[in-house]
Amino acid sequence: MSSVRYRIKHETVYDYGADVVHAHQLLHLTPRQSPHQECLSHEVELCPVPGDRSEDVDAFGNRVIRIELDRPHRHLEVTAEMQVNVRERATVDAKSLPWERVRDALAYAKRPRTEQELEASRYRVESPYVHLKNAFAEFAADCFPRGRSVLACADTLMKKLHDELTYAPGETYVGTPLLDVLESRRGVCQDYSHLMIACLRSQGLSARYVSGYLRTIPRPDAPQLVGADASHAWVSVYVPPIGWIDLDPTNGMRVGTDHITLAWGRDFGDVSPLRGVIVGGGQHTLRVGVTVEVV
Amino acid sequence: MLSPALQTYSGAADRYDELLDAGGVVRPHWRVLLERLQADWPDSARRGVELARRLVVENGVTYNVYADPQGKDRPWALDPLPVILTAAEWREIELGVQQRATALNALLQDLYGPQRLLAEGIVPAELPFGHPNYLWPCRGLQPPEGRWLHLYAVDLARAPDGRWWVLADRSQTPSGAGYALENREIVTRIFPEVLHELGVRPVARFFGALREQMLSFAEDEEASLAVVLTPGPFNETYFEHAYLARQLGLPLVEGSDLTVRNHTVYLKTLSGLRRVHSILRRLDDDFCDPVELRGDSALGVPGLLGAARAGRVQVANALGCGVLESAAWLGFLPGAAEWLIGETLRLPTVATWWCGERPALDYVLGNLQGLVLKSAFPNQRFDAIFGRDLDDSARADILARIKRRPHAYVAQERFALSQVPAWRSTGQLALTAKAVTLRVYAVATQTGYRVMPGGLARIASESAVDVVSSQSGGGSKDVWVLSEGRAAHDTTARAAGLRASVRNDELPSRLGENLFWLGRYAERCEDKARLLRATLEARADSELWEYALAVTRDLGVIARNDNPLKNLFDAGNTLGLAADVKRFTWCAQQARSRLSTEHWRAIGVLDRQMQEITPKRSEAREILDRLLLSFAALGGFAFDDMVQDNGWRLMMCGRRLERVQFLSNLLARCLRAEHPSTQSELEWLLNITSSTMAYRSRYMASPRLSLTLELIVRDTGNPHALAFQRAELQAELERLSASVGSSLEDMLTDCYLPLVEIDMGSLEGEGQGAAYMRQTFAQGLETLAAAAGRLSDRLSLRHFSHVQDKVQTVAT
Repeated sequence: MSSVRYRIKHETVYDYGADVVHAHQLLHLTPRQSPHQECLSHEVELCPVPGDRSEDVDAFGNRVIRIELDRPHRHLEVTAEMQVNVRERATVDAKSLPWERVRDALAYAKRPRTEQELEASRYRVESPYVHLKNAFAEFAADCFPRGRSVLACADTLMKKLHDELTYAPGETYVGTPLLDVLESRRGVCQDYSHLMIACLRSQGLSARYVSGYLRTIPRPDAPQLVGADASHAWVSVYVPPIGWIDLDPTNGMRVGTDHITLAWGRDFGDVSPLRGVIVGGGQHTLRVGVTVEVV
Repeated sequence: MLSPALQTYSGAADRYDELLDAGGVVRPHWRVLLERLQADWPDSARRGVELARRLVVENGVTYNVYADPQGKDRPWALDPLPVILTAAEWREIELGVQQRATALNALLQDLYGPQRLLAEGIVPAELPFGHPNYLWPCRGLQPPEGRWLHLYAVDLARAPDGRWWVLADRSQTPSGAGYALENREIVTRIFPEVLHELGVRPVARFFGALREQMLSFAEDEEASLAVVLTPGPFNETYFEHAYLARQLGLPLVEGSDLTVRNHTVYLKTLSGLRRVHSILRRLDDDFCDPVELRGDSALGVPGLLGAARAGRVQVANALGCGVLESAAWLGFLPGAAEWLIGETLRLPTVATWWCGERPALDYVLGNLQGLVLKSAFPNQRFDAIFGRDLDDSARADILARIKRRPHAYVAQERFALSQVPAWRSTGQLALTAKAVTLRVYAVATQTGYRVMPGGLARIASESAVDVVSSQSGGGSKDVWVLSEGRAAHDTTARAAGLRASVRNDELPSRLGENLFWLGRYAERCEDKARLLRATLEARADSELWEYALAVTRDLGVIARNDNPLKNLFDAGNTLGLAADVKRFTWCAQQARSRLSTEHWRAIGVLDRQMQEITPKRSEAREILDRLLLSFAALGGFAFDDMVQDNGWRLMMCGRRLERVQFLSNLLARCLRAEHPSTQSELEWLLNITSSTMAYRSRYMASPRLSLTLELIVRDTGNPHALAFQRAELQAELERLSASVGSSLEDMLTDCYLPLVEIDMGSLEGEGQGAAYMRQTFAQGLETLAAAAGRLSDRLSLRHFSHVQDKVQTVAT
């Protein structure tokens, strides 16, 4: 099977109005290894150089970098550079288990769980950015007719979101309630993904949030993809017995070699590329730039 | 044969009665107390109730949240009659609570470790994973000695069969232990001899064990430092945080008092950063570290989780313990305990069905009538729903909600709580029966969990309720556990002795800053009140009145071009006295943990005085008199009732600096006038500076400018003189500097010396030479006031500089 090799540069620049005298930051900027993806090289550079820097693996298996900046600074530059080989995924037949059976198999029944089931059960309940409301179940109801395979349901839901929502950068922010997104039918990749996750979990299924990048320059025969100038997000749904299948509701497509995976978690909060707490700093401006090149 | 005290009390057939047995006879272990109530009935009983009420009201001051903008006070309700338990009854509870704490600790260790219980299917994965306090970043954490649960509490209720059953577990930051101690202290004053005769076990030693546990963790040669972490004075149980910190002898800190550097937690103190080994937290799990947990609040300690992960700090309870606070766990704990510690739980649990399990769901759907419905997770807030209270449409609606998201619901059997005698809250003194629950506490020690022999009993507001949850609008009671063989009750075994020294330099900078400003505002209020009072004493048609008004205006104490008395007590006038009193009480509240009960009570009196003020001119002088009396009392407490440590020194420095500035500016303003001060103006000055008596006894003459200045500027024996302030300030600053190991330049002496050198006599008279000398002297005074301002800034810079920076969260 063919694969595509990428070189990615992700730059984050903070300019502060006043000295930041101390800061702790948590970085999710290292690509994940998976059967679909091989990380050939990666490097995260910081300016100024932090007083303390340590690498670790988080509870969801993502690689994280924790840093502490203990000298006053007015400017912080984080540059992540990586080379990643993305393999084409096997075409998956939509004839997976009926969605109700998946739902029932995940429910508690006093019996031992497989590792996969236990893993899936992490992504089946409410999480800080994905609250479960009846409205989501109602919105998604027509995608889940009796007996339809779980993957077909997820595909239909993805298309529904892609068709009914309008991509509208700048209108929402990370704290915009999902019910507002559902109401306005407008948002960015983060909103599309959170909404799709909420719909799947409302049906008792497991879905996780994936953060990553998108190929910037489209293949000659393909349309320009949305969300390529920054980090991107999509959804992974648990489809036994196949495993996890990635779907991009913002672009209405299955994830293939155009997507590079950084990290996954229950929602955005678990995989935010860079989050932290600063002491001082006053007003600040933030610039984020992502370039994704095929090499 | 019912005694008179019991005439209004009746047992109930369907519930256990703590006082009467099935035959309606007083149980033996209540007899001593009953006899005591009977003696001199009803007078002595009434006196007891009144004493309790008075003590609660007085201490109630300490519960009030001063800065609460809504002014919501929550007076603590204490019924002085205790709940009494025999040694044998207690033994069962004690063993059960110890065992339960051990099992829950093991459960936490599994949930945040291998999760074998989930893999085995003994516990549903939804319970931890769906709970907002299951903190994924804490998975893999290994707290010192595998101890997650340091302080544990359990709510118990007695069933009709006489056994105590578990209603709920408190594993996050169990509250109320401080209130239990406070209740005991009050009740001890009402029934000292009964406690003694019965051999009631003391509860205070429990806090010794807690303190020991907190100080048990140390990695290096340094003495272990433990702190109590509070969300701050705006929290509803802040009183208890401050009370607990005082009882344990540990500094009370807020998140911003701590900083994490290189995976180590430090307290920002006057003398710099001091390593913190243990944190007893009263801050909820998910607020503790904005870097890795909830990022929408900067309340916590950035980097705390990293320090805990590195094993550099012990957090009690460990981060993430709140996951066990859900009724949904109750039905699964017996199985979990068998699996984890191989034991059958001794304490029975109220029957509970978690609807996420199919058979449980079916049962609940079919039997809602007899059940109480609750949410499985605390982030889904709704009040308990009683199946029997629902009409058909409401029931259909609830059933549909449960079916849609079964795992979010828990149902419990209705439970008939036992009843105890309590005084009626209104009307004539009489006993009535009220439903009761018991909160029992356990603390981890090196040899296992230790249970407080006693606890916090809570009574319902009505007599017959079977609510499983705690009652709002109810009250509390002390819990008496009788000792085996009636060992002598040691009433003196209070938490005394554990209040052992918090080292001086461990004073958090923020607290130091608040104490400094407490001193400044106390002095500022006093100065302004004295200035206003002296001014109001002048006749409104006199020359002095105009003069005094002008000076008062120029010093910014009353607004310009305004009816001077209109806004005298309007807190909206930011330079006015009332606004300063508000600032003063705010600072006092921030420094609450350093003030004695009496001191705090006096501040409460002052606060009420201000609230009761009606702005009538005729009453203004009287109000000022009362205020000044209150401030004099507070000054007394500051001297006699506080440990004279660095915090106290900062407070005194604040007072002295403020007085230097006030006196200098006042005198300078008077000397700047075109004419030399008249006799009545000098009398006015002496009045403001409380020096009238001193002048009379010293000079036995009518006031002259030179002598007045001599007394107010240079007399080192006059506590209201500049010379006195300077000497005291210098002495305190030297002690402070010696203690924190850095010196502060003496900025006042250079400005002060010229004032000493001037011949005061040369200021007298109408001549140009005298006028020039007065201007020169005024300038000297103004220089001194400015130097005092700079000294204040330097002090702030040296001790409080790391307090000010704003903390914000960022994310991409």
